[in-house]
Amino acid sequence: MDLNYSSEELAFRDEVRGWLNANLPDDLRRKVAEYEHLTRDDLLRWHRLLAKKGWIAPSWPKEWGGTDWNLVQRYIFEEECGYAGTPPLIPFGLSMCAPVLLKFGTEAQKKRFLPRIYNGDDFWCQGYSEPGSGSDLASLKTKAVRQGDHYVVNGQKIWTTLAHYADWIFCLVRTDSGAAKRQEGISFLLFDMKTPGITVRPLILMDGGHEVNEVFFDDVKVPLENLVFEEGKGWTVAKYLLGHERMNTGRIGASKRELTKLKEFATEQTKGGRPLIEDVRFRDKLSRVEIELTALEITNLRFLDQMRRTGQAPGADVSMLKIKGTEIQQALSELMMQAVGPLAQPFRPSDGGDGFDSFVAALAPRYCNMRKTTIYAGSNEIQRNIISKMTLGL
Amino acid sequence: MNFDYSEEQQLLADSIRRFIAKDYDFEARKKIVASKEGYSAEVWATFAEIGLLGIPFAAELGGFGGGAVDLMSAMEAIGEGLVVEPFLPTVGLGAQFVARGGSEAQKKAILPAVIEGKLEMAFAHTEDGARYDLAHVAAAAKKAGKVWVIDGEKRVVLGAPLADKLVVSARTSGKPADAKGISLFLVDRAAAGVSLRPYLTLDETRAADVVLKGVEVGADALIGKEGEALALIEEVVDFATALTCAESIGVMKQANDATLEYLKTRKQFGVPIGTFQVLQHRMVDMVIAAEQARSMAFLACAKVDAETNPAERKRLVSAAKVKIADACRHVSQEAIQLHGGMGMTEELKVSHAFRRLTVIAQQFGDAEHHLERFAALDRS
Repeated sequence: MDLNYSSEELAFRDEVRGWLNANLPDDLRRKVAEYEHLTRDDLLRWHRLLAKKGWIAPSWPKEWGGTDWNLVQRYIFEEECGYAGTPPLIPFGLSMCAPVLLKFGTEAQKKRFLPRIYNGDDFWCQGYSEPGSGSDLASLKTKAVRQGDHYVVNGQKIWTTLAHYADWIFCLVRTDSGAAKRQEGISFLLFDMKTPGITVRPLILMDGGHEVNEVFFDDVKVPLENLVFEEGKGWTVAKYLLGHERMNTGRIGASKRELTKLKEFATEQTKGGRPLIEDVRFRDKLSRVEIELTALEITNLRFLDQMRRTGQAPGADVSMLKIKGTEIQQALSELMMQAVGPLAQPFRPSDGGDGFDSFVAALAPRYCNMRKTTIYAGSNEIQRNIISKMTLGL
Repeated sequence: MNFDYSEEQQLLADSIRRFIAKDYDFEARKKIVASKEGYSAEVWATFAEIGLLGIPFAAELGGFGGGAVDLMSAMEAIGEGLVVEPFLPTVGLGAQFVARGGSEAQKKAILPAVIEGKLEMAFAHTEDGARYDLAHVAAAAKKAGKVWVIDGEKRVVLGAPLADKLVVSARTSGKPADAKGISLFLVDRAAAGVSLRPYLTLDETRAADVVLKGVEVGADALIGKEGEALALIEEVVDFATALTCAESIGVMKQANDATLEYLKTRKQFGVPIGTFQVLQHRMVDMVIAAEQARSMAFLACAKVDAETNPAERKRLVSAAKVKIADACRHVSQEAIQLHGGMGMTEELKVSHAFRRLTVIAQQFGDAEHHLERFAALDRS
């Protein structure tokens, strides 16, 4: 038994860390550190820097630009990005649409879409959730009817992250409302967001930010060649995507960076003339989060080691990482907000903004924003259902 | 990075599990607990025979030269069986002082006998008012010519009624809470002036309060340097804490397995109660707590074996114990709740697991104590 990385793994980590430190642009580093809004250009600039280095799509097959890294290297890379505080890599193209195309797409589809995803030419979004179907995805209603050489799509998606930035969307649609099992009438389609009949309406979240949208389809014509896999087999595709290897679900690297920042920040804040970090009640909460994070990191490495040895996909273990990882992210954001006490109240300047501390004012909105983590990507209650069914057999 | 047990570690745990399945089931354990001594000499002889008692001692004395990591899988198995024999007091505490701080003569006189199962030990340290402060020692040892004379009272000395030799901490200088001035002595349990008030602990092991009145020991009874014992005490107690963390994983597994089985078989309203989502999610949280605890047991065992900086070792053992104390309470309380009324009875093993987990949560420091030590040792 050995808890430590091998010397080769440590050398790889140092290589990644060194490159990230030298190549992450200062303005992007600062924006991430100060919880500022990232524009489409910010996200794509970082994407293209990694693409140029050849590190944008580590898990893809080598012929399409993959790095041939093993599991542990991929994990190290992702955690180092989180630890360095890079802009996030938007997963919809790179780690959702691309793996689906690689597994189910035609050669023509691969050639058409994969290089553009790799190079950051197309920005993708995901059309899964609908107003009436959140955790119960198979109840979706958006309808696609075949007419000649295209489908005509009508319906609505919701919670569509960054649809306002997107060039393309991949959607689950219902192609057969009469199917015996509701999972059987679903298909997986790719739409160009410029197609007439698509309307994107912002859903502003309680932190004031614009991340998610409603997307309306009104007689949208999608060419038949944009169907992935077979008609009516969209559920198979969707399930493959859900089970696709994700080992950085715990977001250990990013939480470590937040913890370090919280300690520094809580040292600068004062209570009764002493650093806040020396306050026993605050300190206990901080220590408990740090201990949770330590435990989660070792648990994550254990699962990784197990996957490496058995070749088994992570399965229900990933649900555990998601539950604990998001609880830790939320706890850290809450402590950052609590660290400034009453000064967490200023939200947005109403006149000019001279002397307005925008970093401190970002802490409460960030706390608000992080509530999403236990809801999205399969709510933590759904994750418990998965463990209950798959691991415990209940 | 490798979280697998080695072949030797796995074989040892397997032989303990086989032994428990065959000769140490719940009924057999009940008889041992109810016996006068609360201990089985045959069980102890078996532990010696399979090599368990020699794992963390030097090969030249008949041991295996291993550490806490080598004992982890065995501790898990001991936890699953809720074993009551004094493995921790003898191998995890008493003999560790000799192995780590004793003279060559002390090692030769004691360790081979421990390894062969012929000598049992206990660590007489905790005193009234000390709580978990390891430096709080008021018992005194005074030099009188060529001998030391020890006076004091020790509380909750695990395994004392079964021990042949006690390791007794006593102050040779300074005041009760001083870091300096604590010394360790080997004392025969049967020595003149040693008296015991023996009892059964909540988790059904044997312990005693020990009174020492004018107990005389020779100069050769001193372990290590006079007045310098605190660092050794901290090291050995961290080692025992790591072993207890590993043991707790087995106890939690036992409690979780029993609870899951109960959810699948117990029917109410015509269906197994495990079909109720409110119970499913609580069961899932118990399993997650046990997994996180397992990760921390790995950390504690690895650090007590390999960490050379005592402050860092203490910080991480404390991190582990916080998580494990929390998990012990969470899992044990939920296991009883999900079993309903039956979980309250002595008749089910799960209530005995509850008692062991309740003790482990507080043994060598509860979550609050270790949270305090963790925070105080933070490097930043």
